[in-house]
This record gives sequence, structure tokens and C-alpha cells, in this order.
Amino acid sequence: MSAVTEPLLDLTEPTIAAENRSVSVCAVDLLVPGRGVAALIDGQQVAVFLTEHHGLFAVGNHDPISDTNVLSRGITGSINGEPVVASPIYKQRFSLRTGICLDDPAYAVPVYRIETIDGMVHVHVVS
Amino acid sequence: MGSMKHTQLVVVGNGMVGHKFVEALVQQAAPEHLQITVFGEEPRPAYDRVALSSWFAGTTVEELTLPEPGYYERHGVTLFTDEKVDRIDRDTRRIHTTSGRTLAYDTLVLATGSFPFVPPVANGDAAGTFVYRTIDDLEAIAAWASRGGVRAGAVIGGGLLGLEAANALHTLGLDTHVVEFAERLMPVQVDEGGGRALRSRIERLGVSVHTARATSEVVLGPDRSVAGLRFADPAHGDLDVQLVLYSAGIRPRDELARSAGLAVGERGGVVVDDELRTNDPAIYAIGEVALLQGRIYGLVAPGYDMARTLAANLVGALDTEGTTDHRFTGAELSTKLKLLGIDVASFGDSFGKAPGARCLVWDDPVAAVYKKLVVDEATGAVTGGVLVGDASAYATLLSMSRGDLPTPDDPSPLLLPAGSSDSALGAVGVTALADTSTICSCNNVVKGQICSAVADGCHTMADLKATTTAGTGCGGCQPLMKDLLQHELTAAGLDVDTSLCTHFAHTRAELYSLVRFHGHRTFTAVLANHGHPGLTDGCDICKPTIGSILASLGEGYILDGEQSALQDTNDHFLANLQKDGTYSVVPRIPGGEITPNGLITIGEVARDYGLYTKITGGQRIDLFGARVEQLPEIWTRLVDAGFESGHAYGKALRTVKSCVGETWCRYGVQDSVAMAIAVELRYRGLRAPHKIKMAVSGCTRECAEAQSKDVGIIATERGWNLYVGGNGGLRPQHAVLFAEDLDDATLIRYIDRFLMFYIRTADRLERTASWLNKIEGGLDHVRSVVMNDSLGIADELETDMANHVASYECEWKATIESPERVSRFVSFVNAPDAADPHIVFVEERGQIRPARPEEKPPAEVPVLLGAGAGAMP
Repeated sequence: MSAVTEPLLDLTEPTIAAENRSVSVCAVDLLVPGRGVAALIDGQQVAVFLTEHHGLFAVGNHDPISDTNVLSRGITGSINGEPVVASPIYKQRFSLRTGICLDDPAYAVPVYRIETIDGMVHVHVVS
Repeated sequence: MGSMKHTQLVVVGNGMVGHKFVEALVQQAAPEHLQITVFGEEPRPAYDRVALSSWFAGTTVEELTLPEPGYYERHGVTLFTDEKVDRIDRDTRRIHTTSGRTLAYDTLVLATGSFPFVPPVANGDAAGTFVYRTIDDLEAIAAWASRGGVRAGAVIGGGLLGLEAANALHTLGLDTHVVEFAERLMPVQVDEGGGRALRSRIERLGVSVHTARATSEVVLGPDRSVAGLRFADPAHGDLDVQLVLYSAGIRPRDELARSAGLAVGERGGVVVDDELRTNDPAIYAIGEVALLQGRIYGLVAPGYDMARTLAANLVGALDTEGTTDHRFTGAELSTKLKLLGIDVASFGDSFGKAPGARCLVWDDPVAAVYKKLVVDEATGAVTGGVLVGDASAYATLLSMSRGDLPTPDDPSPLLLPAGSSDSALGAVGVTALADTSTICSCNNVVKGQICSAVADGCHTMADLKATTTAGTGCGGCQPLMKDLLQHELTAAGLDVDTSLCTHFAHTRAELYSLVRFHGHRTFTAVLANHGHPGLTDGCDICKPTIGSILASLGEGYILDGEQSALQDTNDHFLANLQKDGTYSVVPRIPGGEITPNGLITIGEVARDYGLYTKITGGQRIDLFGARVEQLPEIWTRLVDAGFESGHAYGKALRTVKSCVGETWCRYGVQDSVAMAIAVELRYRGLRAPHKIKMAVSGCTRECAEAQSKDVGIIATERGWNLYVGGNGGLRPQHAVLFAEDLDDATLIRYIDRFLMFYIRTADRLERTASWLNKIEGGLDHVRSVVMNDSLGIADELETDMANHVASYECEWKATIESPERVSRFVSFVNAPDAADPHIVFVEERGQIRPARPEEKPPAEVPVLLGAGAGAMP
């Protein structure tokens, strides 16, 4: 495993940008509860999850620990009530709410706002 | 950055350190900023000087060569071999070479190394005398040794290099003598006791050792070549040798720096500061030519450290306008070596010179093993030591001397012979491992560190992983860690938490019984009835575990309905996830038997999809580098050709390996291939707590290596012998003989019962070997359950297996027949035809391999939009 430790989150960025827009990625019926899919939005890879009991989430698809785009293929679950996805590569769990890695808080993935509009899943991105 | 491409960096010297320096620059992608030119005076690129003596044992120059062919060209580095830099003009910043070449530099790095010191002896340069430094030297030594009449050789110098050189002469078949001026061998590294054990071991190899001898003269023969060696004290008599090798230390090659007016030390060496800079700010020196704080470092490890430090600083200076915060602050001189096959190690305060140092010594003159621990009287901590003849405890003791590992209250057992506890490792598992045994080989964590962490309050796997880093690499050692944790907690009288995870208080075996008894068919039902109250969701541990239990009990296609969300990515995509996010594909080849047409089909698929192709240890063909969206197409072609899933992705039966058996083999006594195919087809797709490997050998020569498998079958004149519980991996374990001379039907019945009993009672991710080690009653208990039905469950076990056999279907066939199931196999839900652009391959040996980070275009870093909240659809 590489020893990259710089967090990918740059907290100095503005949290809501003017050019913020929402992109429809798929019908919500297509999602399997408990599993994720990846979406490609303007070159950004976003992992979209429908969890069994906490609703929809969208986080970056890039696993910073293995440097692969695989988080959408992880198993979801909850740890002490926190909805998480476990990376399929080395199994570290990331909070779907905050993006922070529970097993090593030095790592985090970006989190995107997500909602359902007329049966379609929309992800909010800055492009 | 563009303006910096013309920065000229010239490296003088292409030895190990000079090469490491270039390599470090390449790793940091420096060649984009720099024009790098390297000069080496030898006729070949850098090679492994430390391993020189292996050349005499058959290692070729190509194998010793450090850069791969074409490495320098590929990275835009210019290398001139056989060309010596003979002058530096610091005013104009130019170097001049013996071939008349002149080159300007912005930065100059001297990595000119050292030359062997030849002590002043009469006739010291006679024909038949050599130094031991370069491949040219070796060729000359080998040529001389092959002359008629050359029977014996002497090495002058009994240090580290001298013993390497002695190894070379010994390998050449000469009577070998080592002559050392000091009282003992390796006087710099080992103490008197260590020197004695070392000498004893070396003499047992047939090498003669002469210590406390000053050589005065090389005796000449009629042709004025070496005919003997004479000592200063005539009482010692002459040595009858025809070859003399000098290995009495090194001297820095600082003549180039001297003539350029750079500062050099009184006894040689180019003076540098802790950034490796000479008194000319444009010139640096690294390796054995550098003199840092009055010291020359004659070992390769500190040289490499210098190379990396300087490379980091030069690249940093280019990238961030002069931030150079890497410093070489003196090297760790602890060493562990194998000289003439003998382990020698010294570490920390090895001579016990610090105030308050006390020594503990184990000295076994019979085995010629010497171990000394230096312990601080006040704190009781290990601070250094010397090990000769058995250095197996080196890693642990070094950790203690650095303060990384606490020293036990009584350190004396640390000196006991290796294996005195390991030898008890029959079938008793983790408790029998020595404290020095490696548990996590990714992060080099030993058992002692894990036990200390448990004692310090790490009572969960998560705490243990965070504190020790064990189990955070490949994760293969986690079951071992968990055993160790439970054992340590039990030993400390603490409650052992055998909960599967935070959602279930049960073990896997208990859950299996509950699911089987109640007939649950979904995860939701299992969680609602047996999980902690109030929970509605599982996790990445309980979900796949229960998914596997449901699959073992014959719940059919594993990816339909709720079961889909339980599978980890391998099972979810029916392929093996690799480190770059691609998958590998393994078609089943029962028993390892394949038709030429089958081979051609696999070859064609691999070729058409550009897959990396590798034969596995289990007689299968693994095709790597498939993207998610390619898997259904690949499998359609394989299934059409008659192949089925090989289940290489599952915790399931993987492979049944076989030898060719009595059909062809002159020694075979049964048809091992037919049996292997029958067994493989019977148990294919069987989900289990962990993977299962089997093998069938046609005679006792055991070419299929069945005794290393979970289930091994070996033919006898009268039937089959059944072995169980074999394992390769981190802790290899031989399978044990379970039953002898079985007929076919009894053999299958016993395997049915054995496997189902394992599936019922083993813990999550527990192979049969560790299951057998731990199960109460041990092997005898399992034998009585399987052979004598002592628990009265034999019928149930057989029925469960019969259900599995009857309900088997190829998961890939079932997948590609359903468009809905195939539709999941896309990289992007909103762009089904797009491939992940982050997956990049490069070519190596005519096939693809994943690009390394430095070979990839930079990844797009997503922009943060602020914390999202879960929204119900």
C-alpha cells in the first residue's frame, strides 16, 4: 500500500459554487438496495449508493488508499449507526455521510449532494 | 517548468550508489526537468557489487547488472560507460573525460566510490595478486585460478569483504586461507566471542583462518609469480599459496575532487555537509567517496540513503523554489549478513560501550552459535548485541534496541536457540509461534509486538491494526491475528469476544447452525432474528459471511434479490479484483486436463481482449486486465466453447490439481486424472468459510503435491489415502493422513462429510488447517465424526452435500443468459460504453501490466461540494 497521506479534501475551497448544477445519472429503480454504481460526470467519477435504510448517497469513486476507482463496488453497511462503504481493495470503510475513512481518518473522499427528482437520481457537482 | 529542462546534471560514477541516485531521480520524475548525463569508467553499467562472489557460483553479469536493459534510454538519461572523468573545471563548470569529451554542468554529483587498500608488503604487485572490487577483477581471478599448479589462495583481510572474497576462492575450489591482522575476524562488527564462533564455523567449511598475523612478503616462484605468503613473525612459517587477494579495507576515490581543489579529509574523502554538498555549492558527493562528519560509510545501505536524500533535495529544489529539507544524519550501522552461508549480525551498542551496559551471553561452542545482548542496567532495555550462527532473532532484537519494542522483564529466553519453541509447532497453531515469528509480512510485524499491544490494552482487531499496522496490508494475516488476540485475552483472564462483528454476538459456526435450523433464506431474516436488537443494517463482515452460509445451504444463484447486496466485489462480478481495479478471469479446467482446442479458445480470447496470461499454481490459466464491461463478452465466448466458471473469485472450491497418473506414467498405480475430474465436478461451486484446494496424486511420488492441500488424495496399490488440512501460505502446514486404502465410494463419502463438517463449524476466513488446529478434540474428533458418525450427523452432512451437487449451476452461464443480470456489468451507469480512463497498462515482456503510479497521467482530483445528506428516494 502506498503511503500517501495528504487528504484529498481541500477545505479552503468554497463549499457551494455559483456554477453548481445537478446532473441526472439514472433511474432510481435501477439501483439495488445495499449496492452502488459509478457515474461519469464531466470526467469526475462519482459512486452512487442506495442504502437499505439511510437512503441515497454519492461520494467520490476514487479510493485514495489503493488509488483505484472502485468505491462504487464496495459493500455498504453501518458502523455504530454511521452509513459506510468498504473499499473492495483493502477493505477500509468510508463514511457515506462525511467521506472520512473510519479506519484511517487521514483519508477522506469527496461527498456530493444527491436527490431524487421525478424518479431520476440527481447528483450535484461543480463543473 | 519548461525553462528548467535545460538544467544539466552530471553524475560521475556508475556504481551501486551512482545508479541508485539516478533511479531515485527517475522515481520522482526528475528527468523531465533535468538533462542527466552519467559517466562510468567500467565497461558496463552498474552491477551488484555486494553479490560479487555469487558470480563464481554461476550468477551471470547480466543477472548482477542493476538497471534493466534500456532503463537509462527509456528515461532519457545518457550513460557513457568505459569513459572516465579526469578533470573538473569549476570556474567554467565543465568536466573533461579521458575520451576528450567536454560537458557543461549546472550540478555535479561525485559518486566515484572507493578503491581497495593494498597493504605494503614486499612483492605486493607480483603476478597472481589481485584485488576484489570489479567484474574485471573476478574474471582475472578466475582465469588465474584455472591455471595448472594453482591449488591454494590467501585472502589478506578478515573483515566483511575479506570473507566475501574467501567465499569466492572457496567456490573456485581452491584451498582457502584468510589472514587477518587483528585478533579476530570481522573486528569492526563482532566481539571476541562472536569472532570465535565465526572462526569455528568458517573452519568447519574447510577454510583456514590465521588471525593476529602481519603479512610481510609475497614469496616469488621461478617465474616471479606468487608462490607463497610470508609473515612478519618467522615463527609462523610460510603459507603455500599461488594466489593472493587483498581485501584489507577501502579508500575513497577522491583524486578528481582533490585536483579540482575541493575540500578533502586528512585520510581521504570529499568533505560534505548533511545535504551532501561539497564546499562548492554546485558539486555534491555521495557513497564511499563522501566524508560526512569525519566518517566514510563503506556499506551500501548508507550510500543508498545518501542517494535518496540528495535526489529528494534536487527534485525539491526544482519543484518548490529551494525547499531542501532532507538531510543525511548518519546511518544505521546495524547489519545482518550471510557470509559463507553463516548468519552474522550486529546492532545498536554492539560492544556495550555505553555507561551502565551489561552483557548477557549465550555461547555454544558445539553448535558454534554465539549471541550477546547488551542490556542497560538501569532500565533493563536491550540496547545492542552480536549474533553469530543464528540471527533469526535479529528483527525483534533490533526493534528492542531502537525502543520500538519493549524488552521483556527477563530477556534471557531471547537468546535461546531458534525453534526451541517453534519446534513444538505440530498442530497447535498460533500459540506455538515464537515471539519473533512474523505475523504480518507486509508490514513486518512479529508476534511479540502483537502480544505487547494486547497487553497494553488493544482488545479489538481494529485497535490492534491501528496500533501495530499488522493486517493493514494484504490482510492475509488477519485470521492469525484474531487467533492471537483471543489467545492472549484468554490467557489474561479477560472475556473473549467471539462476536462475528458489531451486528451479531454469534460466531460464524453458531450462525450457520441457526440459519440451517430455522431455514432462513435472507440476510434480513437472519439479522432480525439473531442480530443485536434494533439494527437494520449489516456491514462488510456479516453480509458476505451470511451470504456464504446461504450459498453453502443451496440458496441458488448468488446475485439475485437481496443476496446480491451481500457479496463482496469478487462474487458480485464473478471475477477476481486486482490492484488496479480490473478483474481476472479463470475458466474451470477440471483436474488440469485440457484439450488443444480448449487451449486455443482461451488463447484467442486472451489475445482478442489483450489480457495478461499466466499459468497458476493450481493448473489453471488466469487472464488478467479485464474491465467490468468486458466480462460478459469474454464469458460468452468461453461458455460457448464449453468452459464454465472456475470460481477463482469465491471462498469456494478453487482447483483440484492432478498428476498424469497410471494412464501414462510408468509409476502411477491409479487414474489420478479421472479421480481429480470427478472430485472437482462434485465439489465445484461449493461455498465455504474460505477457499478450498485439492489435489490427487497417482502414486506415492506425489507429483500433485496433495499433502499441501485442504484435501489431498494419494493413490496406493489398494485404493486411495486421504489427507486433510494441508496449507501453503504464511504458515505452511502438511496435510495429515486421515484414512488409508479407501475405495472410491468411501473416499467420496468421507470427503463429503469432512467438507460439510468444516463448512458448519469453521470460523469466517478460516482454512481447514487452522480449523483442525483449533477444533476441540482435534483431528481425532473430526475423524470420529466423519468415520464413526460419533455425533450422529453423518446423514445430514451427506444430505447437505447432495443438495449442493444437485443444485449446482455455472454462475457465468446463468449470468450471460439474462440481459438483466448482464446489465450490471458496466463501469459507469450513465455511460455504459465508457471505460475507466484511470486504468492504464504498459507493456512488459510482450504482455500488458498495470501502469505504476509514476507511469500514469495524473488523476483528476474531484472538487468538493460540501457535505451531503442522505436523501430518501
